[in-house]
Amino acid sequence: MCDTCGCNVTEGNRHLVEAGGKHATTESGKEAVTVLQNLLSENDHTAAHNREHFDSHNVLAINLMSSPGSGKTALLEATIERLGREFRIAVVEGDLETENDAARVRDKGVEAVQITTGTACHLDAHMVHQALHQLNLDDVDILFIENVGNLVCPASFDLGQHRNITLLSVTEGDDKPAKYPVIFRAADLMLVTKSDLLAVLDDFDPHKAEHHLRHLASDVQCITLSAKTADNLESWFDWLRDEVLAQEERVARGLVQKPRVQPDGAQMHAQQRGHAHDHHHRHDHTHS
Amino acid sequence: MHELAVCQGLMQQVDRVAERERASRVTSVVLEIGPLSGVEAQLLKEAFPIASAGSVAEGAELLIEQAPIVVECLQCGARSEAKANKLVCGQCGNWRTRLVSGEEMLLKSLELERRESDDAA
Repeated sequence: MCDTCGCNVTEGNRHLVEAGGKHATTESGKEAVTVLQNLLSENDHTAAHNREHFDSHNVLAINLMSSPGSGKTALLEATIERLGREFRIAVVEGDLETENDAARVRDKGVEAVQITTGTACHLDAHMVHQALHQLNLDDVDILFIENVGNLVCPASFDLGQHRNITLLSVTEGDDKPAKYPVIFRAADLMLVTKSDLLAVLDDFDPHKAEHHLRHLASDVQCITLSAKTADNLESWFDWLRDEVLAQEERVARGLVQKPRVQPDGAQMHAQQRGHAHDHHHRHDHTHS
Repeated sequence: MHELAVCQGLMQQVDRVAERERASRVTSVVLEIGPLSGVEAQLLKEAFPIASAGSVAEGAELLIEQAPIVVECLQCGARSEAKANKLVCGQCGNWRTRLVSGEEMLLKSLELERRESDDAA
């Protein structure tokens, strides 16, 4: 699979594979084998499997990431309240402990699966795969995956989602994109949340936050909103509506979408549709 | 941190390659890690002995090559080195750039010893 299709060949290491042959002998007489595989290729493989599930059911999958307490769950509650009749929504919640967030979402009338990771500081594709077994994707238009509150680790693990959203609340400091470049660079959309508090804060400038985001070579939209007062929620809903349409078009054309930050190799892999996932899977049950 | 999880992913691959190559031992593992990969090289070095304990790579040396951050400007075409949180073109200052190198999280190569016993029974 990945060690033959060259999907982790980048401009920086291309010369190694083109040199011909992966095997060489080192000075100590031992054999060196060139591998050039992403360290997380097992996770990526499961993520691709999840993505196929989403695509085959025409589901838009969105991964929400942020610090703890930035308002991910509150945003979901406000979104379900207002868009719940327009789109069929389901949620996968990730926390170290408690079912609190899944309970809040269920109170709004949608299905939620809670993943309690115990000690893992991030969700991975395997955990999401297990959670998907508990959902009927035939009944879903948008699946939100609320990742563990953490500005560091979640960015590294592909879950099979189509889009990443990174939230930043106005109480956190407008230079956070500069301090945590990986997770903000990974965003297909940045949401500045809790805008209702701007009136009592004198040290958060949404323009500065956007400026730091641009310096990560990111041209994605930046929306400032409040789940509590509904300030500017329509901009967020419009983005969602566009993404749902875009996903429908992609599925109709047989295209696969991954979040914006992907090395060259992963792009190549994404273009190889018809990649069978029958090997080393023991799925005796069906995914509904 | 998640470096232990990353090392466990690494070990899955090391095991697979070692089995494919019929290696009895893996003596050295070479990684290429970019600053924007989200993993910290020093923490990987600390996690690796834990993740590799009892495996074919137990005691192996872990070598980590740091990839530089290089951007290509979408405006002027120039390539330049950049900082993780300032991916702007070194020539014209534009922020619309493409990352050419710096996000790598690669298992580059393994050094291995083969089994003494030969395959023909």
